[in-house]
Amino acid sequence: MIKVILVDDEPLARSMVREYLQTYVDITIVQECNDGFEGVKAIGQHKPDLIFLDIQMPKINGFEMLELIDNPPSVIFTTAFDEYAIKAFEAHAVDYLLKPFAKERFDKAIQKWLTARQTSAPAPPPPALMESASQPEEKNRIVVKKGSNIVILPVHTIHYLEAFDDYVKIHTKDGFYLKKKTMSYFEQTLDAKEFVRIHRSYLLNLQELTRIEPLEKDNHVALLKSGVRIPLSQSGYTKLKEVLGI
Amino acid sequence: MSFANRFKSPYIKFAFWWAFWTLVGTILVRQFQYSWAVSFADAAVTQLDWTVAGYVLNSMLRYYRPSSRNILNLLVFSLALAGLFTFLVLPYFLPKAVAYIGGPADYSSFLDGSLFVRFVMSWMQLLFVAAISWMWYFIEEQQQNLKMKGDTERLAREAELSQLRQQLQPHFLFNSLNSINALVVAQPELARKMIQQLSDFLRGTIKKDDRQLVTLEEDIHQLSLYLDIEKVRFGYRLRSEIRSDEESNACKLPPLLLQPIVENAIKYGLYDTIGEITISIEASVEDKHLVIRVSNPFDPATSQPKGTGFGLNSIGRRLYLIYFNNNLLQTSAEDSIFTTTIKIPQI
Repeated sequence: MIKVILVDDEPLARSMVREYLQTYVDITIVQECNDGFEGVKAIGQHKPDLIFLDIQMPKINGFEMLELIDNPPSVIFTTAFDEYAIKAFEAHAVDYLLKPFAKERFDKAIQKWLTARQTSAPAPPPPALMESASQPEEKNRIVVKKGSNIVILPVHTIHYLEAFDDYVKIHTKDGFYLKKKTMSYFEQTLDAKEFVRIHRSYLLNLQELTRIEPLEKDNHVALLKSGVRIPLSQSGYTKLKEVLGI
Repeated sequence: MSFANRFKSPYIKFAFWWAFWTLVGTILVRQFQYSWAVSFADAAVTQLDWTVAGYVLNSMLRYYRPSSRNILNLLVFSLALAGLFTFLVLPYFLPKAVAYIGGPADYSSFLDGSLFVRFVMSWMQLLFVAAISWMWYFIEEQQQNLKMKGDTERLAREAELSQLRQQLQPHFLFNSLNSINALVVAQPELARKMIQQLSDFLRGTIKKDDRQLVTLEEDIHQLSLYLDIEKVRFGYRLRSEIRSDEESNACKLPPLLLQPIVENAIKYGLYDTIGEITISIEASVEDKHLVIRVSNPFDPATSQPKGTGFGLNSIGRRLYLIYFNNNLLQTSAEDSIFTTTIKIPQI
């Protein structure tokens, strides 16, 4: 039996997929979800083989939802937006269905997935999917998971980011959150006028900076409003001065 | 209206010019003890001669307007013109005219003696004509430039307006078609109804001119079509309430202004929160303005209404292009309710 989950906030859009899936006797819809929160929970619980995922949804979008899942299943995007198609394909999504789509087009997507499944082991989620899983206009927030809670962090609430093995620690006034990403990912996706890579392991929100203090020799540290001190590398110090115009 | 346009025909202008200076000339010649008739004949013929010269100069200036650098050309040309018409043309006609009305015998010696003075006077008159016509043409050209500039700006404005109007979100259309697609098998009656609503809505969005204002009542009808379609799409999650009294209903506003605002409110209301949302639309008349408030819930913890707020820039721009006022669109966020307010001046 093939387990499938539908994630879409429009009931009619889900019923469309449900209707198209009726011809596949070995495919079972284990759950339908109204939003990304339900999606995260249902996927963790049912471990489906395939999900149909809308992109624009309440609170967190489809890409953000995928970020929160440790071993995401295969994904077929269903959306009326064609502007994310390239990103989705770069991310090795199985397919990208533009609403409204015909049954033939839908069957083709399923066939594609079934064939890929037979020829190779079910592909683990490519890291590329994770790397590109953020929309350009929504870099003003980061979605993280803390325990079973999903937290949306507006970027201005972030004090600084710190490299931590395979993770990045996102420091805020309420403590830190872990996200499985690279420092360079955040450096590229956050606004360079607001966040400066002041050290190989630190990305600083300029709003939080109060003072640059000299340390012995040519070394400096950055003093934050919260009282935390972060080391500045040579190149980080140069970059910081450049951004601040001093 | 400029001074240049007050006397439309140049002939009338020159006739006035001639009459005025003939009067002055008659009084002048009369000082030399000639009869009124002779004085008038002298002045009339002399002035006719100079007026023709002035007309020639004026015609020339229409096609060739010297810049301040080659103003010398103008001086030389007017001097030559004055010489030609005073020393060659005038002595030919004037004695004949004076003789015709029976003028005195010593008249030709008076004419010879006064020729140089006449020459200087005619030159000064020509310079005066040159100055006036230069000014006239200058003003005329300025006005044409202004008009052209105005036309260009108006065209650009209209193009921008029509472009702004056409920013109907195509996603709305695709998502609606997707809903219809889903309804076709399960609920064909509802599918048919939705196709009808969608067609009515689309018909209302095309061929609308910003200057053809519609009443709020008409616009609310169009808005209801839109809201009904969205309610089919989002099911129980979306509710709306419209409050508008009779006075507001009769007010006029540019077409298709409200729908994008409501679309924006729905988008942010639905995607920023989970669960049921109510979009409320309230219209009132305040201080000769139709004031419409559209509000939607939002989550202050996760979203940041910036500047004019979520994607309302094109609405503000449209209002500015129509009313030349930048304060007709305002937004406010309070207690997790985001409100967009527009004010439409009522004339």
